[in-house]
Amino acid sequence: MLLFIEQCLNGLQLGLLLFLLAAGLTLIFGIMDLVNLAHGSFYMLGAYFAATFAVMTDSFVLAALLAMLATLVVGMAVEVIAMRRLYGRDHLDHVLATFGLILFFNEFVRLAWGPEGRNIPLPSWLNTSIELLPGVPYSAYRLSIIVVALAVAFLLYLIVMRTRLGMLIRAGASNREMIGALGVNIKLLYTLIFGVGAALAGLAGLMQGAILTAQIGMGENILILAFVVIIIGGIGSIRGAFIASIMVGLIDTVGRSYLPEFFKLALSNEAAATAGPAMSSMLIYLLMALVLVVRPEGLFPAGGR
Amino acid sequence: MPEPILLVEQLSKRFGGIVATDQLSLAIPPGELHAIIGPNGAGKTTLIGQLTGELWPNGGRIIFNGDDVTTLPVHRRSALGLARSFQITSLFLDFTALDNVALAVQAHAGHSFRFWKPVRAERALRDPAMAAIERVGLADRANILVSRLSHGEHRQLEIAMALATRPRMLLLDEPMAGMGPEESARMVETLRELKKELTILLIEHDMEAVFALADRISVLVYGRVIACDTPENIRQNAEVRRAYLGEQQVATRHG
Amino acid sequence: MTVLSLRNLVVVVLLAGLLLLPIYAQVAGSPFLLTLFTRIVILAIAATSLNLIMGYGGMVSFGHAVYLGIGSYAVGICAFEGVESGFVQWPLAIAASALFALVIGALSLRTRGVYFIMITLAFAQMAYYVAIGLDRYGGDDGMILEARSRFAGLINLNDKTAFYYLCLALLFATIFLVWRLVNSRFGMVIQGARSNERRMRAIGFPVYRYRLVCFVIAGTICGLAGALLANFTDFVSPAAMHWTRSGDLIIMVVLGGMASPFGPLIGAVALLALEEALSGITEYWQIILGPMLLLIVLFARGGIDGILARLRHA
Repeated sequence: MLLFIEQCLNGLQLGLLLFLLAAGLTLIFGIMDLVNLAHGSFYMLGAYFAATFAVMTDSFVLAALLAMLATLVVGMAVEVIAMRRLYGRDHLDHVLATFGLILFFNEFVRLAWGPEGRNIPLPSWLNTSIELLPGVPYSAYRLSIIVVALAVAFLLYLIVMRTRLGMLIRAGASNREMIGALGVNIKLLYTLIFGVGAALAGLAGLMQGAILTAQIGMGENILILAFVVIIIGGIGSIRGAFIASIMVGLIDTVGRSYLPEFFKLALSNEAAATAGPAMSSMLIYLLMALVLVVRPEGLFPAGGR
Repeated sequence: MPEPILLVEQLSKRFGGIVATDQLSLAIPPGELHAIIGPNGAGKTTLIGQLTGELWPNGGRIIFNGDDVTTLPVHRRSALGLARSFQITSLFLDFTALDNVALAVQAHAGHSFRFWKPVRAERALRDPAMAAIERVGLADRANILVSRLSHGEHRQLEIAMALATRPRMLLLDEPMAGMGPEESARMVETLRELKKELTILLIEHDMEAVFALADRISVLVYGRVIACDTPENIRQNAEVRRAYLGEQQVATRHG
Repeated sequence: MTVLSLRNLVVVVLLAGLLLLPIYAQVAGSPFLLTLFTRIVILAIAATSLNLIMGYGGMVSFGHAVYLGIGSYAVGICAFEGVESGFVQWPLAIAASALFALVIGALSLRTRGVYFIMITLAFAQMAYYVAIGLDRYGGDDGMILEARSRFAGLINLNDKTAFYYLCLALLFATIFLVWRLVNSRFGMVIQGARSNERRMRAIGFPVYRYRLVCFVIAGTICGLAGALLANFTDFVSPAAMHWTRSGDLIIMVVLGGMASPFGPLIGAVALLALEEALSGITEYWQIILGPMLLLIVLFARGGIDGILARLRHA
């Protein structure tokens, strides 16, 4: 039971990290109609920036803020230099160009930081465990990830649902021509959205990087998970991204720890040991397939055409 | 009156709270050229969508040639002989004109799970395609990429493609949209020839063309047919005049 | 409109070069060349099959390398379990790929555009993780192929030259097959659906099932390339279906020229030769390749084949 609660919290934490990635991705898909494979690179950059700033400033929180700012700047620069020229082009062009960006950023990190991973040192007040319920200790840092990510999600919700900027974003996600009709400086809006998306990815990366390490290519596998989230949630929908993120995070984490046990009930030990890990990594993809069969446009399609 | 080839009964379509098609009924006998006119937003496009199967109605029935096609998918209706042209030109731009029409012929020449024989050498597809192209007067443009043809030629090609499926009935969605007077006149000639052999449902804004071609005209306002009669009688109809000339009055009456 | 356009010339020279390559490698004393080109030819088969769905059919699959993995695992698992006959291994590789393509195609083809790209990527990633989970077959590390497929004395795959020519013959067969396919009735439907799907349905084509068949054909061919790949590297691992491998295949097709019969081959030669050349300059060669891709997308539409076709008019 204790283990189950812990796994659920871990799943929630993974889900919220996924949400930070997916929120930016889904907005960029929805509004700019851009497939951005390089979104995972911002995740990686966030972690590396944080590792460097942590050494420089000796403060984890300050390093995190600086790293987010740095990824914001890099994201906006990438938008201005490259992405801007890709709007309205074929999706295949997006795939190729951003694939090129991934190669570039991976190699850039290898040049700048070297091939080994970097640790992001945690301050002692985060590096402890907290007793959530009597007899249920949980890592203070993981808990702080949950809190921060929830706060960011809430902030995003407020911005998207309550402000004029958010109105534009929502209008753009469901009907792209409309923003132009409203006479807004689209170029600036796009650069800003892209930058914020990058910064959110950077935040996710640095928070995860402190648990494992900052590594080259760390953003790629989680990016594909974020794609699964978007497919399930529906392109352009923040709400869909949120719900799907939590679902994917929980199912993946809990599935990995319990499915092999479950298999042992039905199969021989040896067969279960073979099939268990393989099957549990399939769970979220099976979920995705199921959603596709029932609702090909995702659970919360934006625009509702 | 002979058995109608297209029979629409009590057709209804709602989008949220908006009623786009309101208990609409139509009966079109074989051989008739039936025109549908109406002010913008009258529900003409929604009606065509339901007839071709791109939209499914909320209520009512569509009977084509004796078959209930109300919920049949697009390609099945096409196979039964109900062909359409698109309001906005919808062609295969990176194919030649002849390839476009040949593809339409192919659609009705059995299944296309034939993987080996070079398709451009198949007389069974090329000959009827060429014939359809000749009927709309594009013979000398047959081997040109469609993206290089003019707007008027695109509209003509649309008709040729609809013809190539050897339909029993044509649904023409504003075939003259965006045409100059010369191109329009040519289209009217083409349609006059076609109406000798085919039943045609024509949706068109060009009133001159409509009154010159139609056997009967239905007037659509707010999703319902307010009048259905010969061109002469429609011209005299008081309610039609109000719908077209006095939008204001009509709006107050409905609103 | 001369027959000997620059484009045709390049293709002819390339084909002649591929045919004569083993002789040159022997004379020049550089067996490395033969190895490099065997790899190029195998990946060109995979890229040609991708071109069928992506170039001609407009289905941008970002998971095509998954069949390379399935094909090589079919060979690897058979060999591991003691079945070394290629007459069993290869048909199994093909059948497994076809089946997988049928299942994920049936699901993915319900969607369009960005969704399709992401879903094919996600399913390929699923297969990748499943392979990692196969502890019996080496898991993450993969496994060494103890012996190459045996064909009862018909051909010896350990003979490098014979193996190269087998791959080359299969490549030519694939290019010919795809060329016949796209010019058949079936091919017209596939290309029509790329050009204007809505219109295809309006004139009476049930587009979905044609696309699905096309998707399965492409996956099947790529599965064969996977069987070749396992025999070539003597090694089977999840890396064969890593998503970057799918990206490489897309690059080959676009670089060479979409919807052109020899485009993927030209692209495969160009990309792998470029990699060799760049990695000779610097260890960090991807820092050059990445921005190059961006520039190619921005400025060289139509790929090498398109440029050659345009140069004819210059």
